[in-house]
Amino acid sequence: MTNISTSDRPVLHARGISKFFPGTIALDDVELRLMPGEVHALLGENGAGKSTLIKCLTGAYRRDAGVIMLDGTEVEPASTADSQRLGIGTVYQEVNLLPNLTVAENLFLGRQPMRGGFIARKRMNAEARAVLQDYGLEIDPAEPLTAYSVAIQQVIAIARAVEMSGKVLILDEPTASLDHDEVQLLFGVIRKLKKRGLSIVFITHFLDQVFDISDRATILRNGRVIGECVLAEVTQHDVVTMMLGRQLEARVKARDVGVAGKTLVEVEDLGKRGMIAPFSLDIREGEVVGLAGLLGSGRTETANLIFGVVPADQGKIMLRGQEIGVTNPRDAVAHRFALCPEDRKVDGIVGDLSVRDNIILALQARQGWMRPIPRAKVQEIAESYVRALDIRLASLDMPIRLLSGGNQQKALLARWLATNPDFLILDEPTRGIDVGAHAEIIALIEQLRADGMALLVASSELEELVAYSTRVIVLRDRKQVRELAGDEITPDNIINAIATEEVA
Amino acid sequence: MTQPTVGPRPSVFKRIMPQLVILAVALALNVAVFPEFFHIDFRNGRLFGNLIDVLNRGAPVALLCIGMTLVIATKGIDLSVGAVMAIAGAVAAATVVDGHSWGTALLAALLAGGLCGLWNGFLVAVLRIQPIVATLVLMVAGRGIAQLVTEGKILTFDNAGLINLGAGTIAGAPTPILIWLALGALVTFGVRRTALGMLIEAIGINERSSRLAGINSRVLLVCVYLVSGLCAALAGVIVAADIKGADANNAGLWLELDAILAVVIGGNSLLGGRFSIVASLLGALIIQSINSVILLSGLPPEFNLVIKALLILGILVIQSPRIGNYIYMLRASGPQPQPDPLVRQRPEKEAAQ
Repeated sequence: MTNISTSDRPVLHARGISKFFPGTIALDDVELRLMPGEVHALLGENGAGKSTLIKCLTGAYRRDAGVIMLDGTEVEPASTADSQRLGIGTVYQEVNLLPNLTVAENLFLGRQPMRGGFIARKRMNAEARAVLQDYGLEIDPAEPLTAYSVAIQQVIAIARAVEMSGKVLILDEPTASLDHDEVQLLFGVIRKLKKRGLSIVFITHFLDQVFDISDRATILRNGRVIGECVLAEVTQHDVVTMMLGRQLEARVKARDVGVAGKTLVEVEDLGKRGMIAPFSLDIREGEVVGLAGLLGSGRTETANLIFGVVPADQGKIMLRGQEIGVTNPRDAVAHRFALCPEDRKVDGIVGDLSVRDNIILALQARQGWMRPIPRAKVQEIAESYVRALDIRLASLDMPIRLLSGGNQQKALLARWLATNPDFLILDEPTRGIDVGAHAEIIALIEQLRADGMALLVASSELEELVAYSTRVIVLRDRKQVRELAGDEITPDNIINAIATEEVA
Repeated sequence: MTQPTVGPRPSVFKRIMPQLVILAVALALNVAVFPEFFHIDFRNGRLFGNLIDVLNRGAPVALLCIGMTLVIATKGIDLSVGAVMAIAGAVAAATVVDGHSWGTALLAALLAGGLCGLWNGFLVAVLRIQPIVATLVLMVAGRGIAQLVTEGKILTFDNAGLINLGAGTIAGAPTPILIWLALGALVTFGVRRTALGMLIEAIGINERSSRLAGINSRVLLVCVYLVSGLCAALAGVIVAADIKGADANNAGLWLELDAILAVVIGGNSLLGGRFSIVASLLGALIIQSINSVILLSGLPPEFNLVIKALLILGILVIQSPRIGNYIYMLRASGPQPQPDPLVRQRPEKEAAQ
């Protein structure tokens, strides 16, 4: 969307990169230009193709088409080790160093200074100390890696990548598990490297950080490049719009959100250090509260904290005015809470169990093992939900993992509806499912609300949130930044709230 | 398509079919080397015969594999059962030597086994130590504990009641057979007539999802190790009663491996999930039938372990997914074998490159 006025030749220039997976196109003719001495942000929602692109660049995946030019010559990285030798170093969110070795050993692993066939440990430690001082770290390199915080480990990983490769540094969500001060430490290092002329690709979901540290950005959506821009020339609003691809003037559907009833659940200052800042919210019967925000903004964390997946370390939850303790999902289920998780495969389905058992699982768990639900009753419940939600299956006996994503999601909804919950939390209920099932799930949400259930729905689909939410809470950087109600709820307002610079 | 079929429960018979076939083959081998194999006598108020022997000698492994099946269903493993047998045998022997009744001795042994199971369960479910490591602790330490109980010697006893558990009969049938049949039935019903079986399978397949669905996975995990400990205790008492003494060094030695093997031959995945106790019990009988073939064949004893290994290797190869797929393809494809769609795609893709 902006013309780049860089006459320099790019350090790294990937053109026409395509990658196909069975049934999907992960990357479609993607171009990435990385200039000398710049920090280049790679932006996009989950599934946009960021990781796939990185893996193609570093040789972890074989691309199906395209050319990678490094310093003007075509390169063909066949493996991550190969790309490291070529000059492309990568640091991932999870520090992939060896925790049982010392800092110096990690730094020099595979290329230790040797003397007479033995590792010259003293020299190695001295060199490590010198290298790390360049990165502003005054630490003892003879200490084991685990003696230091994740942020410092992250810097050590960066140092290792830079020392080994030295042309291009790819940082894949390096700040995801760091707190504010640690992020600043890391950014200090990035700025130093930039001054040294290193080119850096920076991937993160935190937009503030993108604008803080990056010069330019390439925005991906659904495997295509949507735009390349100089960040100084655009607003966060532009970037969010490109990432989410919303037509801002999208028709606002006639919203019928009914009248909410009594307050059911109140959350007061619930929070967990390092996970999400304390938040408060209340949800009434017959109300859908939407949780909006970019990926990593704290939507899932909010849902998990209320459901006790991760116990909160402060704050309280009140149910109908009474304080309740929710320290694990069992407590939550006992209070008739329900949570359909975001990651169906990992947190939702029990793959090898039959659809029938999966549907009955939560109800049976609440009843306890001593009181098995009679087989006829199980059949009746399962069949009634299969009919009501139109779950497509060959047999209730088939393992649930064989169902399509949409049908798995419906079966999980059935699992929780079978427990007859008062309060239903849905985390990305429509992610990765086909259009038909999508519409049905939205209709179901509206139906449940009309029946008086209280719902908390986290979604990255703005139009969807607008369609069914009574109120929308906007999260950003793991904090609640805005609450929208009534006519304020429009995709435009949500994007504005997401993109608004933090008022310090 | 949309109409769910109200089909019958997936047949238990179909599930245990492969084990029945293998058992039949193993028994047929027995008959081949010893035609009188199925001959059963009733003498002195007791059933005699090679088949009875197989059922009787198989009792310890059969008992162990009941608990082991549950543990493995939760994605765990219990290496300590052999050592727990030694502890339970030692405790039972020490109790009767102290002058208590056989009932008290049995209870004491079960209590010891139960405590061992709780200890394993605590390590696995509460401290979250990997099951193979957690139970290794007791596998190694258990024999030491048993030696402490027996004070380092083979503790012999002559309590008739206790000896009856291993060497006696009830209505003509050797007691061990009745014990493992009864316990197998009890546990099978216990897990299948309650929701336990499904909940255990759920934990084994996806513990995270199960926990999020409100299942108390911690308590269930402790329970399966407890059951395994109790099964091992019973097996230990039977073995001690059979030889009228508790041998801390040799009682149940390496039997944990036979028990795991029985579970595997029973077609249960070591990765946890769906399980069948009946199939594991058939696995235990298959192992014992193989032992019997080797004995009856009159081959020199030094061949025993090698032949057993070869036979078991054969069984496992037949059950392996690769071979299973191959047989399935042979059967399904007919004259024109259908290539795997993924395999077919690959050359095209490479051609496109």
